[in-house]
Amino acid sequence: MNAKTADRIATATIIGVASLIVLILAGLLGFILFRGVSHISFDFLTSVPQTIKAGGGIGPQLFNSLFLLLLTLIITIPLGLGAGIYMSEYAKPGRLTDSIRLVVEVLSSFPSIVVGLFGLLVIVNLFGFGFSLFSGALALTVFNLPLMVRITEQSLKGVPREQKEASLALGLSRWKTITSVMLPIATPTIVTGTILAAGRVFGEAAALLFTAGMSSPRLDFSNWNPLSPTSPLNPFRPAETLAVHIWKINSEGLAPDAAEIAAGASAVLVITVLLFNFSARWFGRYLHRRFTATK
Amino acid sequence: MEQPAVMNKKRVQTGSTTRAFAKPHVIEEWVGKVYTALCILVLVITIGAIVYFVSSRGLATFFVDGVSLGGLLGGLKWEPEGDIPLYGALPFIFGSFSTSVLAALMAAPLGMCAAVFMTQIMPGFGKKVLQPVIELLAGIPSVVFGFVGLSVVVPVLRAIFPGQGIGIAAGSIVLSLMILPTITTIATDALAALPRGLKEGSFALGATRWQTIYRIVLPTTLPSLLTGVVLGMSRAFGEALAVQMVIGNSPHIPHSLFESASTLTSAITLDMGNTVMGSTHNNALWSLALILLSMTFVFVFVVRFLERRNKR
Amino acid sequence: MHQEGLSAKNLRVFYGEKEAIKGVSLDFAPREVTALIGPSGCGKSTFLRSLNRMNDTIDGVRTTGEIWMDGENINDPGVDVVLLRQKIGMVWQRPNPFHKSIYENIAFGPRYHGVRNKKELDAIVEDCLRKAALWDETKDRLHQSALALSGGQQQRLCIARSIAVKPKVILMDEPASALDPVSTAKVEELISELKQEYSIVIVTHNMHQAARVSDKTAFFYMGKVVEYDVTDKIFTNPSEKATDDYISGRFG
Repeated sequence: MNAKTADRIATATIIGVASLIVLILAGLLGFILFRGVSHISFDFLTSVPQTIKAGGGIGPQLFNSLFLLLLTLIITIPLGLGAGIYMSEYAKPGRLTDSIRLVVEVLSSFPSIVVGLFGLLVIVNLFGFGFSLFSGALALTVFNLPLMVRITEQSLKGVPREQKEASLALGLSRWKTITSVMLPIATPTIVTGTILAAGRVFGEAAALLFTAGMSSPRLDFSNWNPLSPTSPLNPFRPAETLAVHIWKINSEGLAPDAAEIAAGASAVLVITVLLFNFSARWFGRYLHRRFTATK
Repeated sequence: MEQPAVMNKKRVQTGSTTRAFAKPHVIEEWVGKVYTALCILVLVITIGAIVYFVSSRGLATFFVDGVSLGGLLGGLKWEPEGDIPLYGALPFIFGSFSTSVLAALMAAPLGMCAAVFMTQIMPGFGKKVLQPVIELLAGIPSVVFGFVGLSVVVPVLRAIFPGQGIGIAAGSIVLSLMILPTITTIATDALAALPRGLKEGSFALGATRWQTIYRIVLPTTLPSLLTGVVLGMSRAFGEALAVQMVIGNSPHIPHSLFESASTLTSAITLDMGNTVMGSTHNNALWSLALILLSMTFVFVFVVRFLERRNKR
Repeated sequence: MHQEGLSAKNLRVFYGEKEAIKGVSLDFAPREVTALIGPSGCGKSTFLRSLNRMNDTIDGVRTTGEIWMDGENINDPGVDVVLLRQKIGMVWQRPNPFHKSIYENIAFGPRYHGVRNKKELDAIVEDCLRKAALWDETKDRLHQSALALSGGQQQRLCIARSIAVKPKVILMDEPASALDPVSTAKVEELISELKQEYSIVIVTHNMHQAARVSDKTAFFYMGKVVEYDVTDKIFTNPSEKATDDYISGRFG
């Protein structure tokens, strides 16, 4: 076989595989949306699930997922920013920094089920927070933190050196330079990364099975007292999220329309994650334009 | 240089530059340093705690309950509720390794083709269509993969092959889709970072594109490509729910790829909620988690090793 | 040694093991412009950056020797670099305004150093922009992004920003090399204006520029000062052969 023919065959194969990947994903998304979207209605999104009857919704689960995400971000962002700033601005090259970097890398590759087990043992049992949104948020923080650190560190490293030096040369402290000059420039990248990470957190289930729990108490959506056990805002109540719900009805769903509910819930989950993706891109671009405003 | 204390005081008043601790910017600097260092400390303590707690529980199986290490790692029978409880975890270990290796074997060629396509063949189209598609794939939650596996992959396999469709084949197909983005992204970065001159030199010698890719591009980027594959495998190894939903969950080594099997993660997912904390069965599950944890370290070190070779 | 000025004594800078500045001693008088010239890699920029301890921010750089200012060795580890840098302004090769409005670029430093009063800040902004000959071009759009200005305007804004914190010395690292001839002329004019109040140290590749703007010139070569004298003397009758070779374009 001569070189020209080999080249043509190889090129055709590679193009074929690339289109196959596009087709698979299109099929995957098409399947999820096609099967699920017909089941999505206002009623489905707001009503409570049914155990053995048909016609259950996913209202509390959707709320739990969003609330849990919010709690997780409230804990992760200050920690992740702090640790990322340390890695990018204060860490001196050497053994200590290398080991911290290794820690971040290992932490980010821990299987989420192991993080969930750790949460069960330490947060749920040892600290006594029980199956609760708060325990779930801490477990998700463990899962999300390394990502946040990496995002912050990389976006700070991307800030031009001259910007940092200009601020230092005016006699500003290092801390003020970081917070007032460098972070604003890094913000678009950090925001984009955080939203993408939030999408991952939103779909996470394995770390939550044994921390946030697999059931929700009957919630009273007119009760906004965060200390009341039936209030949706109480962070110390158990909470089944959307992702956990999908897993549960697939493995032990008794309702006759379990498959439809799983399809509808999957579609909602995927649509939400897609929204996170698109808004991350859009918001990142928007912030970038605002901060650099080159007009 | 030693300065008399009195002189120092005077200097501060005249606005000199000698250090004094009451100045706002000194406090500010200190607050910043302490705050960021505390955040790092939280990270380090977290990982320390995870390793400590998982190990102490996982080792209790051997030291407290008297199960032998060989019996756990090499035993073929997992019968915690039997008259004589047996804790042989080999079926789970086998399941985890076979699904993740098979997934990597399926995803690696796909990912590399995609990377070559995006960097060497049609960069414009690749950037505009394929890359966003792959990023979207990375964002799909694992339970959704499990759901799709259960409602598409399993029925298709059932129709074509003997058996119920569940098993290692279904698990590794689902996993290969999940790790495809990891492999593709790393391969694409590696290929894109290749110096232009290398490729152009080969073209100048009259080599075709495929010869250039095959003889120059792929060999030079091999360590990075392997890094991507190992990272993908590591992700597949630790994935719990998507696999658990399609693998069938019987605790034995299957005779074919289309027979119900189990992995370390699926066993933990299913049984952890049904055992009492501190019982031998429960501790044995923690031992499975300890195996997962140790494998994480192995994967991280392999990746580091490959990266170090790559730098040279 | 000038009591009011800045002077370096036996300054050495190491990048890891490599010695980039090999014992340089130079005095800079107040209200004078000193040009540092020399071929690429001769250490003139490194030397300039060690005068406000900017090299401290780079890992692996070590500086020994003394730098005297106001009767104090500012290269002492005990010195508060934050206070020190307020007294020594700096301008870079490429204009680097903050990603903020024109007004904020100037007001940022003084506000940090304790000026909170809006009227006072307004006055500082106007004063600095006037000194940088930028007021007329920007007074109607003070609150627009500084990045919308042309390169030359941005560089003058950076100079205005550095004088807003009332330094005594301004260090300039090839401030005009990224600018077009018209903007370059404006920046040079500005330097001559500013020396009424400040002591200026300027690194430049452009020998005509050194001859035009400076009072004294130091010729750097391989990490050392070969010759330091009045600019006229350096350019008309240098004592060292290496200096003569460099100015007449025989190397570099």
